[in-house]
Amino acid sequence: MRVALLVTCLVDLFRPSVGFAAVKLLQQAGCQVEVPEAQTCCGQPAYNSGDRATAQAIARQVIPQFEAYDYIVVPSGSCGGMLSHHYPALLADDPEWRPRAEHLAERTYELVSFLTDVLGVTQVAAEFSGAVTYHDACSGLRELGIQHQPRLLLNSVTGLELKELPDSDVCCGFGGTFCVKYPDISNRMVTDKAEQIIASGADTVLAGDMGCLLNMAGKLKRLGSPIQARHIAEVLANQTQTPAIGEPD
Amino acid sequence: MSTARDAILTTLRRQLKRGSLADEPRQRLQHRLQHPPRHTIPQRGLVPHSEQVNLFIQMAERADASVQRLSTAAAIPAAVADYLHRHNLPSELIVAPDPSVAELPWSEHPSMRLRIGAAQDQDKVSVSPAFAGIAETGTLMVLSGAHTPTTLNFLPDAHIVVLPAPQIVGCYEEAWQRLREHAVAMPRTVNLITGPSRSADIEQTLQLGAHGPIHLHIVIVDPSM
Amino acid sequence: MQTTSIHFKANARRALADESLQRSLTRMRVGFQHKRAAAAAKLPEFETLRDEARDLKDHVLEHLDFYLEAFEAKVKEQGGHVHWARDAAEARQIILDICQAVNARTVTKGKSMISEEIGLNEHLQAHGLTPIETDLGEYIIQLRQEHPSHIIAPALHLHKEDVAETFHQHHAQYGLTRKLSQAPELLSEARQVLRSQFLAADVGITGANFCVVETGSTVIVTNEGNGDLTQTLPKVHIALTSIDKLAPTLDDVTLLLRVLVRSATGQEASVYTTFSSGPRRADDLDGPEQFHVVLLDNGRSAMLGTEFQDMLRCIRCGACMNHCPVYGAVGGHAYGWVYPGPMGAVLTPQMTGIEQAGHLPNASTFCGRCEAVCPVRIPLPKLMRHWREHEFQRHLSPRSVRYGVRAWAFAVRRPALYQRLSGLGAWLLKRLARGRGRLSRLPLAGGWTAGRDLPAPSGQTFQQQWRQRGGHR
Repeated sequence: MRVALLVTCLVDLFRPSVGFAAVKLLQQAGCQVEVPEAQTCCGQPAYNSGDRATAQAIARQVIPQFEAYDYIVVPSGSCGGMLSHHYPALLADDPEWRPRAEHLAERTYELVSFLTDVLGVTQVAAEFSGAVTYHDACSGLRELGIQHQPRLLLNSVTGLELKELPDSDVCCGFGGTFCVKYPDISNRMVTDKAEQIIASGADTVLAGDMGCLLNMAGKLKRLGSPIQARHIAEVLANQTQTPAIGEPD
Repeated sequence: MSTARDAILTTLRRQLKRGSLADEPRQRLQHRLQHPPRHTIPQRGLVPHSEQVNLFIQMAERADASVQRLSTAAAIPAAVADYLHRHNLPSELIVAPDPSVAELPWSEHPSMRLRIGAAQDQDKVSVSPAFAGIAETGTLMVLSGAHTPTTLNFLPDAHIVVLPAPQIVGCYEEAWQRLREHAVAMPRTVNLITGPSRSADIEQTLQLGAHGPIHLHIVIVDPSM
Repeated sequence: MQTTSIHFKANARRALADESLQRSLTRMRVGFQHKRAAAAAKLPEFETLRDEARDLKDHVLEHLDFYLEAFEAKVKEQGGHVHWARDAAEARQIILDICQAVNARTVTKGKSMISEEIGLNEHLQAHGLTPIETDLGEYIIQLRQEHPSHIIAPALHLHKEDVAETFHQHHAQYGLTRKLSQAPELLSEARQVLRSQFLAADVGITGANFCVVETGSTVIVTNEGNGDLTQTLPKVHIALTSIDKLAPTLDDVTLLLRVLVRSATGQEASVYTTFSSGPRRADDLDGPEQFHVVLLDNGRSAMLGTEFQDMLRCIRCGACMNHCPVYGAVGGHAYGWVYPGPMGAVLTPQMTGIEQAGHLPNASTFCGRCEAVCPVRIPLPKLMRHWREHEFQRHLSPRSVRYGVRAWAFAVRRPALYQRLSGLGAWLLKRLARGRGRLSRLPLAGGWTAGRDLPAPSGQTFQQQWRQRGGHR
């Protein structure tokens, strides 16, 4: 099974270890993983800024890079949703590109959902000692229905205690460009989120989206909290030797 | 005024990219109005009648109404006298002109003074009949009419409603069907009443007795008891 | 009502710094969200009913002209009057004319957001009439000369101490001398004062949650009973509503009521759901002698057949704002007009112009909670995105956004350039972090770093490392 990894721009820039964790998990599950070279970004910032033409142009650039693979896997619910939900909508009026967008969309999955829903993975060979809590990133949760899958796999990690996060389905305030366009409101939201994380009693917070993680980790660090933030793929792939997000080298 | 009407309708049709509806779709819509299609009805409203009565009581009580079951209408005056006494309410009643409540043996309880008619500001306790009880949510359906003035439902502090058990139905749809069969036209007012008046406008905290009755007491007359 | 949507950012900043408001909002979030969830859980058919409600509203919108005419005919048949208003000014004038024709002085009012939309109270006052809001929350904010901060809980932003202070100030004329402190006392005080107003009113104005075509009825949904006293006691009842509120039959309106009430307050049924059809009948002992329905358009017809049509399904339950983290952070007044939260972010640009209200559809993370709870499944994030597209096309988006997107897209569309730039960025940010793993200040990212640190990259991008490892392409 040939699987293309869409690394995502934030993982590429801020947290390459998530990409390698994803590759490891996919390979362990028997996939042949390839990383199309010319990939950049899925175009969501343009799409959500109202620049439909640019978003369409980027979609037409991404589709040919990925459409030949059996599956396209993304370590982000947000970018995964962009390909699987929004590309077909963006190109709905284009008779040539619409079928290609739909064909791509049908085979695009968020990483954890792909492992569980497509490959039938129910446990991982990983160890992690400590109490973790999990934030349900919005797009993954509400666009892709990712909720029980990460919990299923996390519960199979040796030594890991999962503590549910109150209001785990409430947005952390990242929202792509929102956090820079409305920083005051975003800050309020991430403050609430950080307080919930601290109150959960966990010493690590996990999520499936780099945007939310940068936001939550940045707030926790600013508050002086020792709680560490990691992408769920790192824990599932047993790759937690690297410093957590925002921690010194 | 007709210009506004025409302008709005013209805009609607332009936006819908069509003219006035043709005869065929028009008839289809007319037919739909005359034969209302049923949507999904919550299962809980589709239980047998005996269970509907219990469900009605349970739901009405959950909405803070009090409910009492009597086997005969003749027992109502005594029950009302007792209710007023227990709640420290005055024994002057304003009673709907409807024979089902106006012609009860009130005179057997001389302590209660009675007026028949619409309610006024000073009336503290009213008695009126309900057209139906809807078990699904413990809701009373009360109609306005010459014998059932609407003010009885709202002005007094306590509203006592008489509901014969056979008039309890499972769901709203059944009550509407009974209303369609009962009346040639809609009454001026149809009140669906679920519990006593309340407000949560101060700090989202629920308090009973906002502008309408503080007490809603339902007397079910159930000869099968 | 004066719109301040254009000052959304400043409004939001003020709201975030207002501790009293923040306490109210915390209470709101807990209350409304839990109540809705509990109500939905108690009705196994809830999700099916939402689908059916969506389909029903779509059916009505596709045949809106037919249903409006049929509704009008039915109201007239029962002796009522129907007035059509293209815009706010026409609606205000129609209502003023009705009031003046009966020499009205005092007008009681049930809660109506459309009344807020058309600025009715100010207009009536300017013509010598006294409008009195009778919904407890509306009454409190009318005394305070404020506007609703929530469409179903207008005084949500206030505490009981605020209400006590307001009554202390305004109720001396009714003989209130001491300062009340408990909620039940405050409620009973309002009940007493408003009772005399109900009895004195010449005209009663209510809104209408729905208009039933089958029976020519307007429907109001309340808990207090104020709407019923408003419309039963005076000589004239005016139901002020809009063209998007039609339900063909009693069975149809039942479906909408089942989802409305649970989504709004989490009740199984509101205390009072009242159907009004025509004026009092010849032998009725009470009820109004005149019944008027005012059907307002105000930009709604222009949404039909466009990408915003889905918004016309809205039944004004407030669930979208109750679950919106942005509304939950800043409250309703920050939005600067009548309709706040996600539904307001779609409606306000239509009614006041996107030039005024551009912030509203932008101030969303697209978290999708609003759509997830909407009883008629309005895709609110999608509609907000459409407004952003309108803005972008008309060059109304801020320059920073337009140029920022353009520069970013230039690189994204050139993979080699993009990868060089991201490689450079990863290197530079790591250097700037000086081994701390994060940055607490960064030029051009002041919005981010004002409230949080920016985690730093590890030095090389994934693509660089993949290349070095000779990974599959």
